[in-house]
Amino acid sequence: MADFLLELRCEEIPARMQAGARAELEKLFRRELEAAGVKHDNLRIWSTPRRLALIAYDLPDATEAVSEEAKGPPEGAPDAAIDGFCKKAGVTRDQLELRDVKGRMTYFAVVNIPGRPMAEVLKEVIFAIVLNFSWPKSMRWGEASRQTTSLRWVRPLSGIVALFDGEIVGQGLSANLDGIEPGRTTYGHRFHASGPIIIDSADDYAAKLRAAHVIVDHEERQNIIRECAAKVAAEAGLTLVEDEGLVIENAGLTEWPVPLLGRFDETFLDVPPEVIQLTARVNQKYFVCEGEGGKLANAFVCTANIAPLDPAVVVDGNRKVLAARLSDARFFWEQDQKTPLAVHAEKLARITFHEKLGTVADKVERVAKLARWLCEEGIILPGTGRGTSEAGGGASGAAPTDKLSDRGGSPLHHPADGPPPLAGEDRARLADLAEAAARLCKADLVTEMVGEFPELQGLMGGYYAAKEGLPQEVAEAIRDHYKPVGQGDDVPTAPVTVAVSLADKLETIVAFFAIDEKPTGSKDPFALRRAAIGVLSILGSSGIRIKLQKFIERVATFAAEQVREKFDAALERADVFVDLEECCPDPFTYRLNLIDGEWDTRPRDYAQGALDAVKASNLNFDNLAHASHVGRAVADFFADRLKVQQREAGVRHDLIDAVFALGGEDDLVRLLARVHALQAFVTTEDGTNLLAGYKRAANILKKEGYAESSDRLERSRETLDGGLSTSLDANGNQGIPETGEEDPLALIDDPDVGDIVAEGAVTGSALSYNPEPAEQALIDALDAAAPRAAAAVAGEKFADAMAALATLRAPIDRFFDEVTVNDPQADKRAARLALLARFRDAVHRVADFSRIEG
Amino acid sequence: MSAQPLFTPAPREPARSFQDMILTLHDFWSAEAGCVILQPYDMRMGAGTFHTATTLRALGPAPWNAAFVQPCRRPTDGRYGENPNRLQHYYQYQVILKPSPAEIQELYLKSLAAIGIDPLAHDIRFVEDDWESPTLGAWGLGWEVWCDGMEVTQFTYFQQMGGFDCKPVAGELTYGLERLAMYIQGVDNVYDLAFNSAGVTYGEVFLENERQMSKWNFEVANTDALFDLFAKAEAECRNALSAGVPIAAYEQAVEASHVFNLLQARGVISVQERASYMGRVRDLARSSCEAYAEKMTPEWQAKYPGWSLV
Repeated sequence: MADFLLELRCEEIPARMQAGARAELEKLFRRELEAAGVKHDNLRIWSTPRRLALIAYDLPDATEAVSEEAKGPPEGAPDAAIDGFCKKAGVTRDQLELRDVKGRMTYFAVVNIPGRPMAEVLKEVIFAIVLNFSWPKSMRWGEASRQTTSLRWVRPLSGIVALFDGEIVGQGLSANLDGIEPGRTTYGHRFHASGPIIIDSADDYAAKLRAAHVIVDHEERQNIIRECAAKVAAEAGLTLVEDEGLVIENAGLTEWPVPLLGRFDETFLDVPPEVIQLTARVNQKYFVCEGEGGKLANAFVCTANIAPLDPAVVVDGNRKVLAARLSDARFFWEQDQKTPLAVHAEKLARITFHEKLGTVADKVERVAKLARWLCEEGIILPGTGRGTSEAGGGASGAAPTDKLSDRGGSPLHHPADGPPPLAGEDRARLADLAEAAARLCKADLVTEMVGEFPELQGLMGGYYAAKEGLPQEVAEAIRDHYKPVGQGDDVPTAPVTVAVSLADKLETIVAFFAIDEKPTGSKDPFALRRAAIGVLSILGSSGIRIKLQKFIERVATFAAEQVREKFDAALERADVFVDLEECCPDPFTYRLNLIDGEWDTRPRDYAQGALDAVKASNLNFDNLAHASHVGRAVADFFADRLKVQQREAGVRHDLIDAVFALGGEDDLVRLLARVHALQAFVTTEDGTNLLAGYKRAANILKKEGYAESSDRLERSRETLDGGLSTSLDANGNQGIPETGEEDPLALIDDPDVGDIVAEGAVTGSALSYNPEPAEQALIDALDAAAPRAAAAVAGEKFADAMAALATLRAPIDRFFDEVTVNDPQADKRAARLALLARFRDAVHRVADFSRIEG
Repeated sequence: MSAQPLFTPAPREPARSFQDMILTLHDFWSAEAGCVILQPYDMRMGAGTFHTATTLRALGPAPWNAAFVQPCRRPTDGRYGENPNRLQHYYQYQVILKPSPAEIQELYLKSLAAIGIDPLAHDIRFVEDDWESPTLGAWGLGWEVWCDGMEVTQFTYFQQMGGFDCKPVAGELTYGLERLAMYIQGVDNVYDLAFNSAGVTYGEVFLENERQMSKWNFEVANTDALFDLFAKAEAECRNALSAGVPIAAYEQAVEASHVFNLLQARGVISVQERASYMGRVRDLARSSCEAYAEKMTPEWQAKYPGWSLV
């Protein structure tokens, strides 16, 4: 048993790649050892900017000898078979052994592979690691790079230390590694140590490097940075703003980390704290500090890679750099404010949003109209600005089942079909604010600050709006309209913000679907899935009711208007009067005429200008048929996202499917409420038993070919308590095919019941025979429960609907216990099947129980 | 009788004079790496990398070590002489070593020490910064070198140039001379730099230039003439290409690139047009590099048997 040390020394490895490199080193080492038949798991892996190191403890001195045996043909088999076996096993015929296998003499080939010295194995391991190492980006270098087949590494590889039990392994590899020969020589800190360091074995590696000012253990360096940065801040009476990303990055940039605190000019604190922090962090990798009350302090902590002769010199240098950066930031901050956001917004006409979707200004125009529409329609209502988080529970997945329709107070929203609870005046004001905010929400994209720090989009617009004296709601909406951008991000609830955020996200989704740029597989270049999750979170957390199809029609209308306006403007610009009504009542047909060359007599540039205008904002919404097609695609997309979101929130996927299978629902809040009610119900005893009864009924019906009427669900939504008998008539008139095969479950349960003969009609109300008590009980229960469940569904009281279903549990159980469905008498059989169908369909109106597992 | 030397150079004072810092770098790279010390390319260009001693010499198998100062023109960086750090015209010091020597980092650090940067007094760091120039069809991996948090040098191992793999790879060092000098001299404003040891400041040499050129770049330059110049450079590049003189074509590509930058500064190129202009410049530059590499290949192969362009 002995230890193996491998150090791969190279020029500075990018900090962000070091964790991946450690994992890669471990993976390759394990893989290669395993391939050599060595089981081993006592490893340590370290990294610094200039080296990757691995120590494998207690490796055996040699691999174990292995004896492999293979069973061949029996004695007396044809020569060809025996020879073939020998060839395959790699032995000669005289090496075969004969053994008795169940009384038959059979050839065996036994191959003994002797153990190999570990040093020999490790040589191959080293070579394989260097050759197969996968870096996010790698390069060639030096004289060897005359050939493109030269070694590749993240930066030039300078040396390899490879010691097993203190002895160099891998000697002679230099011929295959562009001249790099494994040995025992390494180098310490670039500046604090000079000359080579000779490593004796794995034991003294870390200590010798430490003596040469290299802390090889990255975790130790991280700890030093974490602790010392906090300490220097505390010594200055400040609190370090913790930033684990910076800790790791700085540990990846240093072999001998020394955190140092510096101060910057206090006047820079006029610049928003987010800007200062980002400047310090992104550009300089500095920590920032907070003073009393959590306010950003004029201090930074940089991490040097040396113990400097005079720390003040290093700090002062860093201070100057930060000052220059902050001067730039302040310049942007002040410069941007000289122009009102509305003027900034004009420049958006020069930025392409998407070649088929026009400019960002075009998008903003659509978003503004949609935000206004959302308010004017009462989909979003004026409120306290706190939304309804106290009623809705805040989290998107936690909307209580039955509060949607009976929430008190002054809600942000109301059910889409309900009366608007607030005066029109407030609503008009909300619409104005929402439109104003939407028109400015992207203006900061053309500001200097956001140009420099794209991650400050929204935030800067909010600051500038506030500085301009715009209403607070508008400033907040501009600031927060991108939210939520990820899991755990704040979900906006202020009505103006909600209007802008929803309009923006929904418009993006609809527009990209309209031009057929849907996410596929792992590709989602326009982040539509994230936008959809954002929409769902907002809808859920504010309990907003929106009919997607209606919204999509609005997008289509606004987009079409826009195309028309652009088209007209282009014609006007061309200074050519054309009576569109006369030439052609429809600009789109007109466009086609242009393409066909019918208007060749017109000046070319005018034609081109008009065409460009149409192309530039081609939302492809030339007709409502397309809009409706897009509408379905978007609705399906949201359904998928909602499923994913709910699954992640821990809702059983089969329950989600059970509700989604009902189809046709484009009110996401209602969908969710139903899913949650169902989840609560199926876990109760009633729920479990009802499910069992349902499955049994459904099985029988399926076996009897008693299919659901395809339009049943559609109809049942429209006429909540009609429907069923019609459906039954349709089936009944055709006659139920006699399979001659009883429901097997029924037979087992009660074979004698089949003898009972009764007469009656198909429907429960007019049976041609006297129903058995259990049968009548089920009819009665259904008569009571079905309308109750239907009404509850209509009133969106899904828990009540579940409670109504629960009353069916006992009658259905009893029915199965006491009644034989497959009665020899055709009318009884038909009536009972119809009854089961009625039961199934009543349950179905609440959820598709066939999708539920268990 | 031996001739009395008429002139003995004074010792360099890189920490007290901008020009001495440059001369020290010349001394260093000439002596330590056998570099040819070139003069600036006599055209307006945005970076030292555009110098043919860098771009075109990065192609082909022949060793090439060179060092030179290159004035860089960045019209949009002009600040009318009012910003202490930003200039529309400034200097880069370029070193190109091909193939990249194994000790290139040590050489570089030694050059810093030569101009007065003590690595135990100052925190020198190699921070990941890869380089890519779609215009030149070029990319490389490397770092920006930090001195107490300030980027003082761009350090790149060229992997591709003009769309061709570099065989062998060249190491390119680009020092930002003004910021290095500001650091070494301890001044906060570029115009306060001592240009020489005799009291001439950088401001005396360049401040008025910055004022006038900023104004011209942003406000005055005749945009019709610039559009025209662009078109002419583009046409001339094609002309030179078809005549089989790719170096001349490359010069026209450099010209077109700078005219494009001027048009940008004048704010007359819309966002949409921008991409198309950049594409045109890229076409010119890449075609020129390609034509150069193809034209030279027979010669390169004659001298380096077995070498191939692709």
